[in-house]
Amino acid sequence: MIEFDAVTKRYPDGTVAVDSVDLHVPSGKITVLVGPSGCGKTTSLRMINRMVEPTGGRILIDGTDTNTSDPATLRRGIGYVIQHAGLFPHRTVVDNVATVPILLGWRRKKARQRAMELLELVGLPPELSDRYPSQLSGGQQQRVGVARALGADPPIMLMDEPFSAVDPVVRESLQDEFLRLQQDLGKTIVFVTHDIDEAIKLGDQVAVFQAGGHLAQVATPPDLLADPADDFVAGFVGKDRGYRALSFTPADGLPLEKEPTVEVGADAEVARRTSVEGWVLVLDDARRPQGWLDVSRLTGEDEVTPTVLHRGGTVASATGSLRGALDAALSSPTGRGVIVDDIGALLGTVRPAQVLVQIENAAAEAEARH
Amino acid sequence: MIGEFLQWFTDPVHWTGQDGIPNRLLEHLGYSVLALVIAAAIGIALGLYVGHTGKGTFMVAGFANALRALPSLGLLFLVTLVLLDALPNTLGQFLPALLVLVILAVPPILTSTYAGVQNVDPAARDAAYGMGMTGREVLVKVEAPCALPLVFSGLRSAMLQIVSTATLAAWVGLGGLGRLLQDGQSVQDYPQMLAGAVLVALLALVMEALLAGVQRFSVPRGLTGRGARRARATTASEVTKPTFSTEPEDEPVAAR
Repeated sequence: MIEFDAVTKRYPDGTVAVDSVDLHVPSGKITVLVGPSGCGKTTSLRMINRMVEPTGGRILIDGTDTNTSDPATLRRGIGYVIQHAGLFPHRTVVDNVATVPILLGWRRKKARQRAMELLELVGLPPELSDRYPSQLSGGQQQRVGVARALGADPPIMLMDEPFSAVDPVVRESLQDEFLRLQQDLGKTIVFVTHDIDEAIKLGDQVAVFQAGGHLAQVATPPDLLADPADDFVAGFVGKDRGYRALSFTPADGLPLEKEPTVEVGADAEVARRTSVEGWVLVLDDARRPQGWLDVSRLTGEDEVTPTVLHRGGTVASATGSLRGALDAALSSPTGRGVIVDDIGALLGTVRPAQVLVQIENAAAEAEARH
Repeated sequence: MIGEFLQWFTDPVHWTGQDGIPNRLLEHLGYSVLALVIAAAIGIALGLYVGHTGKGTFMVAGFANALRALPSLGLLFLVTLVLLDALPNTLGQFLPALLVLVILAVPPILTSTYAGVQNVDPAARDAAYGMGMTGREVLVKVEAPCALPLVFSGLRSAMLQIVSTATLAAWVGLGGLGRLLQDGQSVQDYPQMLAGAVLVALLALVMEALLAGVQRFSVPRGLTGRGARRARATTASEVTKPTFSTEPEDEPVAAR
């Protein structure tokens, strides 16, 4: 547990980077600090491991004032991940990851062994271990950065925009893996980002900072979207927050319709006969949806091939959220949203109106609970 | 001219005794290496200190560059005149020559070492402190090794200057390959002068090649760019394998 007690950082020129912040960071959870640039979120993070010294207030880790421990010793017990990874270019991947164990006096062999385990944990193949950072892609470097921070298994991890320097697709997969990793590791994580979507996706708790180092609101993601504390927070969390809040409402209980389907390779005539309103859903041999088929485009084709399939339309998981279900229904060319189970096999379809009914029911239930 | 030069060169008389080529070459090499070692000790230590602490950057910007503008020959005579009375004869000749060579060699080593430390990726330095390295550990484990390529470029340019300037030692009676130039000039023996000039150039080239070899073996591969241009994984391979994949990447492994 990390506690900010009226923490202030004022620079000699009078600039206030962090203004009397009180914040409670619970153990084993992800706390995201989010806000526009210059709002003091990074400074707040860096004050936890004393990379920046507060000019007022105290920061307590498990009840101990960080001010009472030697900075180097304090930092060796706290994982630290930064935006551009900051890997040591002259060391191989495995030696980068072994850095903190070796600082702590482990024998080199044991430290390397630990490093290899960590590389596997963050999803890097062992062949990469003797490469140098310049030989890795941005996403791989960031994984090495995370592995390095986990080196001595610290209970606390500080992460300063770790995923913002990689492209959006890689970022999303890094985020998903990060959440999966955290489920196993249960670290106390403080995570800085300027991206509200990332904050809402990753945070158990989100702290919104405002220019001038002022902490505007601390709340769980659903509460933040449902009930912003002021105009600043409301503006910052964005206009489509009603839609985004659906991410937190489970999709279970949706009334699914049975959907007639054909398999890839089926006879064109069969596809035409099976179709409803001119469209038929095409599955692979494991009943995983491959795409919708507009049967009027089957002229001259003997069988259903993957090339004629319509690629628009998302697929939602029945154990996912209503946001995914609504998106599947809205994006489908037929108005019938495709719902699958955990392994991706078809369960059925749902229309937008049915999703909306479910949304209203969920809202009424939430109202009743209050 | 070429014929006379070759004749001079192949004459066995010129290959033996105190005035022989091997002895002059050894003298020249001795002054050069000694000067480089002393200059490196001073230049690298100061460069690391200034680069790490940020204190005394004026020394690099102003002082070191001003030193480069000093005329070597004038300085040599000045220092010799001052020291000759104060010291026994040989030492009074030797120290000034060494001093001039060291003064000449410190600036390139100092400025390039400083630049090497300054060029260390700020993110790597931040990460080093953030992981709990002390200032000293950051210097020794991160900044110094990362500065190595530039340190070597400073050493190599210093070595070239030392080898060519060490010919001046002959003018204060210290021998070296400069003697071939000086003796040749005094009796208008041009083949001998040419031989001296060629030998100095050859020595410089050999030393340059030696240092380049040392650099190749002592600079970590991750810093040299060798292999770095190859084997850069594409982001596409991450897109297709977004999960905890342990499959080998299918690009070539870097040169070992």
